[in-house]
Amino acid sequence: MSVSKEMPLSIQDLPNSYIGRSVPRPNARRLLEGRGTYVDDIQLPRLVHVAFLRSPYAHAAIASIDVSAAQRSPGVVRVITGAEMTKHCTPWVGVLTHLKGLKSAPQYALAVDRARWQGEPVVAVVAQTRAQAEDAVALVEVAFEELIPVVDMETALDPATPVIHPDLGDNLAFERRVEAGDVNAAFATAKVVVEETFHFGRHTGVTLEPRITLADYNAGDGKLTVYMSSQAPHMTKHVLAEHLGLDEDAVRVVCSDVGGSFGIKIHTYPDEMSAAALSIMLKRPVKFVADRLESFVSDIHARDHRVKARLAVNREDRITAIEIDDLTGIGPYSVYPRTSGVEANQVVNLTGGVYDFANYRARCRVVFQNKNVMCQYRAVGHPIAFSVTEGLVDAAAGKLGMDPAEFRRRNLIADDAYPYTAASGLRFEKLSHQQSLAKTLAMMDYHGLRREQTALRESGIYRGIGLAAMIEVTNPSAAFYGVGGAHIAAQDGCTIRMDPSGGITCATGIAETGQGSETIVAQIAASAVGVPLEKVRVITGDTDTTPYGGGTWASRATGIAGEATLQAGRALRANILEVAGALLQSAPAGLDIRNGAVVDADTGAERMTLADLGKIVYFRGNELPDGVRPELVATRHYAPRAYPFAFTNGIQACWLEVDIETGFVKLLKYWVVEDCGTVINPRLVDEQIRGGVVQGIGAALYEHCVYDDQGQMLNASMADYLVPMAAEMPDIEIGHIVTPTAESVLGAKGAGEAGTAGAPAAVANAINDAIGVLGAKVTAIPATPRRILEALGKIDKGQ
Amino acid sequence: MKPAPFDYAKPNSVEGVFDLLDRYRDEARLLAGGQSLIPSLNMRLSAPAILIDITGLDALRGIVVGDGVLRIGALTTYSQLKASAEVARAAPMLSQAISWIAHPAIRNRGTIGGSLAHADPAAEMPACMLALDARLEIAAKGSRRRIAAADFFRGLFETDLKPGEILTAIEVPVIRADYRSGFSEFARRSGDFAMSGLAAHARFDGEVLNDVRLAYCGVDTRPVRARVAERALEGRPFGNAVLAEAKAALARDLDPPDDLQASGQMKLHLSQVLVGRVLTAMAKADGA
Amino acid sequence: MIADREVTLTVNSERVTQRIEPRQNLVDFLREKLGLTGSHVGCEHGICGACTIRLNGMLVRGCLTLAIQAEGAEIQTIEGISDSGEIAVLQAAFLKYNALQCGFCTPAMLLTAAELLEENPSPSREEIRQYLSGNYCRCTGYQSIVDAVEDAARTMAGGSS
Repeated sequence: MSVSKEMPLSIQDLPNSYIGRSVPRPNARRLLEGRGTYVDDIQLPRLVHVAFLRSPYAHAAIASIDVSAAQRSPGVVRVITGAEMTKHCTPWVGVLTHLKGLKSAPQYALAVDRARWQGEPVVAVVAQTRAQAEDAVALVEVAFEELIPVVDMETALDPATPVIHPDLGDNLAFERRVEAGDVNAAFATAKVVVEETFHFGRHTGVTLEPRITLADYNAGDGKLTVYMSSQAPHMTKHVLAEHLGLDEDAVRVVCSDVGGSFGIKIHTYPDEMSAAALSIMLKRPVKFVADRLESFVSDIHARDHRVKARLAVNREDRITAIEIDDLTGIGPYSVYPRTSGVEANQVVNLTGGVYDFANYRARCRVVFQNKNVMCQYRAVGHPIAFSVTEGLVDAAAGKLGMDPAEFRRRNLIADDAYPYTAASGLRFEKLSHQQSLAKTLAMMDYHGLRREQTALRESGIYRGIGLAAMIEVTNPSAAFYGVGGAHIAAQDGCTIRMDPSGGITCATGIAETGQGSETIVAQIAASAVGVPLEKVRVITGDTDTTPYGGGTWASRATGIAGEATLQAGRALRANILEVAGALLQSAPAGLDIRNGAVVDADTGAERMTLADLGKIVYFRGNELPDGVRPELVATRHYAPRAYPFAFTNGIQACWLEVDIETGFVKLLKYWVVEDCGTVINPRLVDEQIRGGVVQGIGAALYEHCVYDDQGQMLNASMADYLVPMAAEMPDIEIGHIVTPTAESVLGAKGAGEAGTAGAPAAVANAINDAIGVLGAKVTAIPATPRRILEALGKIDKGQ
Repeated sequence: MKPAPFDYAKPNSVEGVFDLLDRYRDEARLLAGGQSLIPSLNMRLSAPAILIDITGLDALRGIVVGDGVLRIGALTTYSQLKASAEVARAAPMLSQAISWIAHPAIRNRGTIGGSLAHADPAAEMPACMLALDARLEIAAKGSRRRIAAADFFRGLFETDLKPGEILTAIEVPVIRADYRSGFSEFARRSGDFAMSGLAAHARFDGEVLNDVRLAYCGVDTRPVRARVAERALEGRPFGNAVLAEAKAALARDLDPPDDLQASGQMKLHLSQVLVGRVLTAMAKADGA
Repeated sequence: MIADREVTLTVNSERVTQRIEPRQNLVDFLREKLGLTGSHVGCEHGICGACTIRLNGMLVRGCLTLAIQAEGAEIQTIEGISDSGEIAVLQAAFLKYNALQCGFCTPAMLLTAAELLEENPSPSREEIRQYLSGNYCRCTGYQSIVDAVEDAARTMAGGSS
C-alpha cells in the first residue's frame, strides 16, 4: 500500500513546521466566551439528579436504614441502599499484581453493613432536581453504631488498633523494601550524617469544576453513554462495563470540556458508579455533581506521609548513601484501578534519584485508615521524594559549611554519565542536571541574591533561597500499570484523515483537561502533513470516535499521543503524495506538501491544492489513473518500549522572605529550568510548569486536610481549606534545556507535573535557609505561620 | 449544596418587616446582603421558613454627617462605605478596614448592618464600632432604642438584638482634631478571616497618646477592648518601652481560643505584634 | 410546599420572565432556566468566584444572590459582554498569554478584570493580583492572567501590546 517516506530533515526543520512555536490554543476561544461544554452544561430529556447520604462517622456499623419518609418527599424518583445496589453494581478491588503483596478489600458503590470513612456514600436519592434530592436525603434515617476509628498511621499496625477489614488480617495494605549497595558501611565511614523526620500534610486537588457524571442508559439499544469530567475515557469505559454487567462495546464515555483534573478525575468513585447504575435501573439520564462540601470528603486525597530519612557524605564531600522509611496512611480501600500503593512506591523509586550514589535502603509501608481514600494526584510521590532528598541535601551542605548550590553541583549526576541506572533501579536515558543547575543559578543571579540576603539580615530581614533538583516520570510504558493487570493503556493512537476540503481531522485517545493537549496534537499533525494549523481539527475524549488509548496522566499525552500523531501524519502525507504523484505524473519523492498544497520539493512551486486533490479523490474518482487506490486516512499507535519511563529533569529555585514576628512567608520570586525534551509549544509547557509550581506552593504553605481523633475532617470547606490565590503567588521565570528522547521521532517527553514535583522542596528549603541562622527549622508541610513561629520558639508547640 | 425550601417576602416598609417578624418569629431570617446568611443556608446550617428581604427599605440607607456624628444606614454596603468621601473624612478607620474585608463581589452586596447583626467574631466592622464608641440604632414595632456598641456584642454570633428588632443605623462620632485611626489584621490570604485584627484609635498630643482605644477581632467570641493595654499607653509618650508594656498587658486582656489557623497563644502573640505595627504606623502618619 | 414565584428581569439586554422557587440562586437560574451556562458553579459558598456575574453594573456572586432578589434587575453574563464586544481586548490578551487552561474560572476572571480596568485603567501587577484575589484558578498559577490583564490595560490605554 503506502510507503513510509524517510524525511530528509527532522520535523522541526520542515518549512512551516509548528514544532517549537507558541501558537494560541484554538479551543480557547469558546472558553473565553463562556461557550464551553462542561458536563453540567448538558441537558438531556427526563434527566434526574442523584444526591447521597454520606456517612457522618469515620467508622460505623449501619444498623438500619429507613427510607420511607425520603421516598415520599416531593420530586423523589427512587431511593436505594447499599444492599440493593449490590445487585446492580459489583464491587471492585484496587490491587495490581506487580505491586507484590498489595491487598485491599472489595469496595462497593454504596456502603453495605459498614461505613468506613466520613463521607462514604451510604444511600442514594434520585429526584427531579438536585435540591429535592437533598431535601429527601435529609429525611433518610440511618441508625449508625459508631466503631473505633483508625486515624493515626503511626499506630495503625499496633495489635491494639482495630483491624478495619478483618478478612485482610491487618491494616497493612502494602510494603516494599529496596536494598542496594552497602548502606551500613557507607554510614559507618561517613564524614557527615544528617538525619531528619519529614511530615507531609494530606491534601487534595480542589479542581474548580467538581467531579460530574451524567449517565444516560438507552434501554432501547442497551447502550450506556456516560458524559464525564474525566481524564481517561477508555479506562472508564472498561470499569463501567466490568462492574455494571455490560459488554464493553455497549458503553460509550464522552469527555468534553473538563474544568481541571490533575489526577483527581482518573479514579473510580462509588458515587459515580452509583449514578451510572441508577441510570440503567431507571432507564433515564442521571446526573451527579459532587458539590464542594462533598468533594472534600470524597475526592481522593494524597500525600499523607511521614518519612524518616538520613544521608551520608564521605570525605570527598560526595553523597554515598540515603536511607528512608516512609509511612503513609491511606483510606480504608486502595483506590481502583490504579491502586493506592503507587504513591509510596514512587517515593521509594525516586528519592535521591538526581544524585550519583550507589548505596540505598528504602522501606515504605502503606496502611489503611478510616479517613477519605488516597490515590494518584499530580506528580505522584515526587514531591515527597524530592522534599526529603533536597531537605537532607541542604542539611548536609549546612553541616559541611558548604554552599548548597555547590554541594549539589558536586553530587548531581554528570551530564555525560548516561545511560545511568540509579541505586533505586531507575534507568535514565539522558538527563541534564548540571546544565540545568548552571542555567538556574545564572537566571536568578544566585550570588547576587546571597549578597542581598546577607545584607538584609543586618536589618533584621530574613530572606531565604531554596533549591530543588528533581526528575519527573513521563511517557510511562506498560510497566507502570498494564503489566499488573490493569486495563490501562500505555499506548495511544491517532487516526488522521484528509477530507475533501483539504482539512485534516485527527482523533486520538488522550484527553484535554486544559493543558492544551489538543493544540499539541494539532501542531504536530499540521507539521507532519504540511497544512496550516487552522485546517486541523482534533477529536478527543469520545470512546466511540477515537482510537483506543490511555487518556491523560503521568505526563504522557505529548510524548505518546504526539508521537502517534506524528507517525500517522507522516503516513497520511505519504498516501497523499502517492495519489498526487499519480495525478501529476511526478515521482512522489520530488513532491512535498506545504501550507495545504502539493508543491515541487525543490522549487516550492505549487502543483495542486489539497482541496483540489480531495475533490478528485472523493468525487471524481474516474480521473484517477488505473491501479491508484487512494486512502486518505491513516492510523498509527505508539508505545514506549525501551525505557519504562522517559524521565525529565529540572531545577527549581525559590526566593522568599519570612516575617519572623508573625511566621508569614512572602514569596518574592521563583525560577524553574526544565528539560522535557523536544518542546512542541513553549508557552503551553511554561504554563504547565507555572500552574504546577503554584499547586506545589499550595502543599508547601497552605493545603492540609485536617482530621480530628475521631476521623472527622475539620476543614472541609473553601473557607477553611486554603488554596493559593493570586495575591500571594510569585512571578515564575522559566528556562529550558532540550534533551530529546531517542525513543521517538518527536523526542518529546512530558511536562505536566514537574512544577508540582519540586515546589514543596524548594519552598521548604527557602524557609529553612531564611530562619536557619536563628537556629530554627521546619520539617513539616504545610509550613504554616504557626509551624514557623513554633520553630522560631515564639510560641509553644501544639499537637 | 442547595438550601432547604424557604418562602420569601420583600416588604417595602419597616412596619411590614415587623408584621412579618411578628407572624413568623424565629422561623424567619432577615435578608440584607446575604453574604453570610446564604452560605449558611446553602450548607443547611439553618433552615428558616421564610426570608424577609429588607433591601427594599430605603430608610435604612444613606450616609450623613451632622452635629459631629456620622450616621450610616444599616443597609449601606461595604463598597458604598469604601467609596464614600464622608466616611473617609469622618471615620477613616472604616475606610482602612473595608479593604481587608473579603473581595469586591462580596463587598458590593454585604452591608454594615448585616455584619454587625451577624457578629462574626473575626469580622472587622464590630471591632471598629467598639474602637470608635459607635452607637447603634435599633427599631422594633412602635419603638426605637440606641445602644452603645460595647453593650451590643454579647457573645459568639450573639448580639443584643431581641426578637422583632432590626438594626437601622450606626452612629459614629466624627473623628476629632489630633485623633488618628489605624486598622490592620493578620490573615492567611487576602480577604480571609482575621487571625487577629486591631482597630486602634487615639489622640496624639505630640508624642503622647490619649483616649486610646484598642479593639481586637478574631481573638475572642466577640470583639474585645484591650483595656489593660490601653491603660498602659494612656498619657504616655509613644515609644519602644511603652509599647513593650502594652504588649505585655495584652496577655491580661486577651485569652484567645484555639482555632484551625492559630492556637490561642499564637493569637495573643499576633495581637502583640499588631499593636506595635498599627501604633507605629499611626505615630508616623501626619494627622488623621 | 412553598409556592413558585414569578420573576422578571433583564439578562444580557433581553427581558425574561420565569417561574422559580424562592430558594433558587441566581447562577443556577441563569444556567438552568435560561441555558446561560457560561457562569460556573464551583463552591456555593461565595469563595471560589467562579459564579461571578454583573448585577446592575456591579460584580456579585451568583451563588450568594437569590434569583428572586434579581427582580427588575439588569444582569450581564459572560455571554452578553462577550457578544457585545465589551471585553474583546481582554479576551485577545487572555488568548495571547494563554491565561486560561481548563477555562472554568475564565468567565469570572474576565468579568472581574473588566471591572478592575474600569476602576483603575493602569493597575500595577500587585493591584491586579489583589483585585483578582477572590477568583480561584487551579490551572494557571495566575501569572499569565496578570500578564494578560496588564497587556489589555496597555492596549486600552492606546499603547502597543
